Parts: sequence; structure tokens; C-alpha cells
Amino acid sequence: MTATATKPAPPARHARGRQRPRQTREMWVLMLPALVPVVLFSVGPLLYGIGLAFTDAEAGRNHETSFVGLENFADLLGDGDFWSSMRIGLIWSVTVTVLQFLASLGLALLLNQKLFLRGLARVLAVVPWAMPPVVIGLMWRLVYHPDAGIVNSTLGTDINWLADFSWALPAIIVMGIWSGMPQTTVVLLAGLQNVPRELYEAGAMDGAGTWRKFWSITLPQLRPIIVTITSLDFVWNVNQFSLVYVLTQGGPGGQTRLPMLFAYEEAFRYGFFGYAAALGVSIVIVVLGLLGVYLWRQLREAS
Amino acid sequence: MKKIPQYVALLAYMVFLAFPLVWLLSTALKTPQEMASLDPTWIPRSPTLANFSDAFSEQDLVGAGLRSLVVALASSALTVAVALPASYALARYQGALKRVALGWVLVSQVFPFILIIIPLFMVLRQLDLVNTLPGLVVVHVTFTLPFALWMLQGYVRSVPRELEEAASVDGATRLRAIVSVVAPLLAPGVVATLLFSFISSWNEFLFALVVLKDPDVMTLPLTLVRFTGPEGVSRLGPLAAASLMATIPSLIFFAIIQRRLRSGLMAGAVKG
Repeated sequence: MTATATKPAPPARHARGRQRPRQTREMWVLMLPALVPVVLFSVGPLLYGIGLAFTDAEAGRNHETSFVGLENFADLLGDGDFWSSMRIGLIWSVTVTVLQFLASLGLALLLNQKLFLRGLARVLAVVPWAMPPVVIGLMWRLVYHPDAGIVNSTLGTDINWLADFSWALPAIIVMGIWSGMPQTTVVLLAGLQNVPRELYEAGAMDGAGTWRKFWSITLPQLRPIIVTITSLDFVWNVNQFSLVYVLTQGGPGGQTRLPMLFAYEEAFRYGFFGYAAALGVSIVIVVLGLLGVYLWRQLREAS
Repeated sequence: MKKIPQYVALLAYMVFLAFPLVWLLSTALKTPQEMASLDPTWIPRSPTLANFSDAFSEQDLVGAGLRSLVVALASSALTVAVALPASYALARYQGALKRVALGWVLVSQVFPFILIIIPLFMVLRQLDLVNTLPGLVVVHVTFTLPFALWMLQGYVRSVPRELEEAASVDGATRLRAIVSVVAPLLAPGVVATLLFSFISSWNEFLFALVVLKDPDVMTLPLTLVRFTGPEGVSRLGPLAAASLMATIPSLIFFAIIQRRLRSGLMAGAVKG
């Protein structure tokens, strides 16, 4: 705008012609310091990691690594532990994502109204976000502790929640919902505040009740944000490690061994780097597949 | 009176959100004798701060805290130093490279850590950086870099381009315009990104677990997890006290950015 407006036409074209390569050069000078470390330590390892999935790499320093093709994947398909870990991982991520979303939507709707105590509730809603995952895990261990925990003494039960075959998974799911609610609530609340007020006024004029307004105005308006945050939550939940590692280490008997815990054990307890990498690749394939179907359906419904 | 159901719901949410926190605090204030009693109560019968001092004597919390501090300071400073020029370029120039870089930021969120940490571990082992704090700093920088880039380029975009153009009309070179015009306006964004990287590193557990094996070099999250052994309930009090203290930096961070959180940061990141 400035160049063409202040200078006569031919020199301007000349100047712009010279400026483009200079801009590109400047960009490279600026990008390189950031690109080199990103490529070296982020893109590179990832590609290397994917490559490892097709080798028999092991932790031992003297181990000769060789290319084995799809052998790791064939082994995974025949590994009962892999299937049970994937099953638990899917139950965990789908349940936590869905319940987290429903709970957060309810909370966001409440926080969006003029209620007494709203300020305090807003602070409380963000606190889990501010806590280190390790502390969250340790805190819930105290909550679930069979003798010194509050759950047993409140419910009058005598259950060792985290060591019980049928209760361990539900117990960590409750913690998962608790720890992930802040992000989801904050994002949904921001979305709610951006819904144009006129829509509700128009709805009220047409005689729409609270439910009708929610279904016909709030939900459709929030849709892009809901799709984004549930997809992100799902990915984060599939990749969850620290919380569950601290709480149960995958026990009892593998009942809470999420795919990431399985991969960690294979890689850093038993030293099967290639096998763990293949596991990582399989998880990416499953996640991208599920997300693809989800996003595709959402897009189709939206149009 | 119409709002009673809503207040009941809000109260239920607050109870659900607050009860683990209250329990952590309550446990931290209880005496070992009370912990051993079979009927735990919400309010400690004889509150004590002894657990806080015991926590320091049982584990090397000061050392672990200092190591966490060094790692978090080094990795946040490095992350921002590396991300700042690139974020300026990403925000101001168009082109294929920009799309690739932003696409990478998004894609990197989908890949599980295991595909990154195994190769990084192998590289660190080659360089003899396993079991060292610089090794962990390297891992933390790579881990926070994509999101730091994303945050910073958002802040650069919020600085109006016209300001730089005005500076160049006044005869300033591009670098001069960046230093005198963009940098001051970018300061809050840089501080926010520094804080974000600091907290990411301070809280990080998994990479530390893989890289640091020796108790003498462990960071705070690792030391906290080592607190619990096979013994019974007696050490739960100090553990709770130590956990509370480890949360303080993050709480300060969230208190600072609390206002931005609601409307700004995340909404912008999602809509991006």
C-alpha cells in the first residue's frame, strides 16, 4: 500500500521485484535458528522413531539393529497384552472424553450465568490445570487410599480402589475427568461468550423456551469449538501417561495399563525399542483413523 | 427462587472440584498418629505443620527443587530464544514454509511421546547426556517448542503491521523497527510464553523419568514419586505437604495469567 501509493508506478514494480527475494532471504535468516533445533530434535527424532518401528532395535549398547519389515506389527497383532492395552486405552479415552465434555459443558453453562459464587467457582474450575500431573496423581492416591482415604470413609465401603480388578479403571477415569475439566470448561465458556446475543433475543421473540434455545442456538453455535476441543481431549487422553503411572503404574494385573504405559514398559523396562516404536505407530494410525471418521461425520452433518 | 436448581448444580460441581484439594490439605496437616487411626476425618484433630519440615528431612526436596528450577529456567529461556525469531517470520511472511511449520505444530500434538523419546534417548546416550540436566533441558526444549512457536506468532500478529510501516516511513531499518516498535509491544507475550515454558518444564514427569535415573540428579516430580514406598500410611503426611509445596510455582503462574485464560489465550489458540 505505501510503496505503490507514494512512488510512481514503474519504480514501484521494480522495487517490489527486488523486495521479494530479500524478504525470502530475511525469512530464512530468521527461520533457520528455530528450524535447525526443531528439525534436529523434533522432526528428526519423530521420523527416526517411525523408522525404528520397522527394526529390531533394543536398549543394549552392543545390539546390532537390523531392518525387519513388518515383523513388529505382526508380533503386536498376536500379543494378548497389546490387545488388552488397546481395549483399556479406548475405554479410558472415549469415556473420559465424553464425560469430561458433558461435565464441562454443564459447568460452562452455569458459569456463563449471573450466579452468586461464580467467581469462586471459576477459580476452582481452573485449579486442576495449575497442578503438576504428578501432584494430581499423588493427591488422588490419598483420596482413594484404603485406610487413610476419604472415599472409603465417606461411602462406608472397604474397597482398595486402585488394587481392585473391577474398580481400578473407573477410579482412574474419575481422576481423568477431574484433571481435564478445566481446559474443556474454559474453552467452552469462551465459546459461549461469543454466541451473538441477538440470536437469543430473536429466539425469545419467537417464543423459544430454555431447552429450545439450547438445542437450536447454543449447540449449533458452539459446534466448531465442541469438535475442536473433544478431538484435542481425545488425543490428549490417548497419550496420557503421567497421571495413571503415578496412580496405579498400570496395575492391578494390567487393568489400567493404557497404551502409553505399555509402550513405556516395553521400551524402558524390557528395552524393546523397535517393538515400542511399532506400538507408537499403531496408536497414531488408530487415533488418526478414529479422528478422521469423527471429523468427517461432523463435517458432513454441518453442511 | 427460579435459580435454585442451578445453585444446587453449581454447588455439586464445586464439591467435586474442591474435595480432592481439601483432602490433600487436610492430610498435609495431620499427625502420624491421626493418619494411623482407622476413621479419617476432614478436619485434622490436632493440626500440625510438622509434615512440612519432615518432608524436607526425608527427601532432598531443596536439591530437587533447585534442579527443577535450573532445568525450567534454562529450557524456558532457550525455548523463547529459539522461537522468537521464527515466530516473527511465521507471523509476518506468507509462503509454503509457513504452512509447513504451522502444520507441524498441529501434527506434533497427535504423535505419542514414545515415538519421540526413544530416538531422543538414543541420541542423548550417544552424546553421554543421559542422567544429566543438560540432557533433560534439550528434551524439554524440543517438547515445548511447537506450542511456544504457536503462542508467540499469535502475539506477533496482534502487533499492527502499520506501526512497523510507520517506523520505516520515518527512516528506520527493519531491524530498528523490530527492536524499537515490535519488541516493547511483544514483551507481555514473551513473558507469557516464558512462563508457559517454565511451568511445562517444572511439571514435566515422563521425560525426566526416562532421562534421569540417578537420585542425585532427579527433578522435583521424580523425587515426589519416590516418596511412596512399600511402607504404610505414616509418610503420607510429608508426601502431601511436599506435593502442596511443589504446586506453588504453578499456582502463582495461573494467578498471573488467570484473566487472560478465560477469553484470550485458549480461545485464540482454538480459533487460530
